[in-house]
Amino acid sequence: MSTTKSLKAAGHTLASSAAQLDFIGNDTFSKLGLPSFREKLDDVDLFPLTPTQIDIFQVNVGKMCNQVCRHCHVDAGPDRKEIMTRETMQQCLDALAKTSIPTVDLTGGAPEMNPNFRWFVEELTRLGRHVIVRCNLTIIVANPKYHDLPEFFRDHQIEVVSSLPFYNADKTDRQRGKGVFADSIRAMKMLNDVGYGQEESGLILNLVYNPNGAFLPGDQGSLKRQFKRVLSDEFGLVFNDLYAITNVPVSRYLDYLITSGNYDGYMEKLVNSFNPSAAAGVMCRNTISIGWDGQLYDCDFNQMLDLNVASQITHIRDFDADKLAKRSIIVNEHCYACTAGAGSSCGGATA
Amino acid sequence: MQTYYDPADLKKFGQIGEFQKEFADKFFAYYGAVFAEGALTAREKSLIALAVSHTVQCPYCIDAYTSDTLEKGCSEQEMMEAVHVAAAIRGGATLVHGVQMMNKAKELSM
Repeated sequence: MSTTKSLKAAGHTLASSAAQLDFIGNDTFSKLGLPSFREKLDDVDLFPLTPTQIDIFQVNVGKMCNQVCRHCHVDAGPDRKEIMTRETMQQCLDALAKTSIPTVDLTGGAPEMNPNFRWFVEELTRLGRHVIVRCNLTIIVANPKYHDLPEFFRDHQIEVVSSLPFYNADKTDRQRGKGVFADSIRAMKMLNDVGYGQEESGLILNLVYNPNGAFLPGDQGSLKRQFKRVLSDEFGLVFNDLYAITNVPVSRYLDYLITSGNYDGYMEKLVNSFNPSAAAGVMCRNTISIGWDGQLYDCDFNQMLDLNVASQITHIRDFDADKLAKRSIIVNEHCYACTAGAGSSCGGATA
Repeated sequence: MQTYYDPADLKKFGQIGEFQKEFADKFFAYYGAVFAEGALTAREKSLIALAVSHTVQCPYCIDAYTSDTLEKGCSEQEMMEAVHVAAAIRGGATLVHGVQMMNKAKELSM
């Protein structure tokens, strides 16, 4: 069943982060005899989890999106109005200018829908940082004002990371909405046409695969080969890499797990697939996540659960990398998604 | 024991070593080697396993290899085609014996 409203607009209980945390922390774990994430980290001497250094400055520029995907951990959609202001973007730029953090990762919602998106990208590239945009593809064809995004990305040498959960319409549309696959293919073609994903163009187009249900992603390399083969044979499309990402039980994906009766089984699968080396390589250790209102988080998932960084520095206007480096990372049971199997991060498998 | 089949038993498969460790260890080592990437991809092997699961009508195997093929990025169409391969061989195996029946019938008939 496809939905067109966010949980928030629908007045759903799970629109509240407190309700989500309450559910995730309920008695399922003790009922199933599963250890808490904290205990599991403790077993492999990783608790408290500490940052290494900040390599990735991930900015969520707003929850507005042209799609309402069933698994979205942001609960993004056209009805979400939370958007980063230019003032907060300036604070991000000021913070970055004081550091040598090499990579800025822009996410949302559909980041391109933020009215100051292009200005922000231009300023970021002026600072000499590598900029990644998490583009849902369909935004490019959603409205004529976005049709030139491929050229804009190319002109600023932006790395594009795009979600495409499957190489056919059926599975993609069930997760992301009717017609999304066809629009994604059109948009990918436009990106390919300006050089994205083409050999020796230097323009990087990476795809994100996430499972279309309550199961874990398979081997990233095999999925990449399969996607490359089908997208090339059937649509003449190319891309660079494929990141396999595990769905995290937060927001709409949590709602899906509960309503489909898969929550217990999925959590058990995540816990049983705990991989210590994936735990050591979790992305929150080298990432700082900035919310649309400038608040700081360990990752985009903690951001959606309103779990601020455990530091005296909680807002981008007060950014201090040294003080933030001394914090402990906030963990909860949803973190099991990043440590299962080959591990999962915004850059795919970690172990 | 309330039922012959319990989905929870699938997770206990690894415990068969409790009664005979040596053979179980050898079996699981062999099993792991069989399903590794080889001349056939792990994905192809998983689809074969799904088809065979239906032939042997093992509910544990169907459960396990439905999840496994999904994880390996197979489409539902590929999965159902694999099941049809099993069904075609099963049906064909029945029907090809029809020749034996015909032979015998012709032998016995005027």
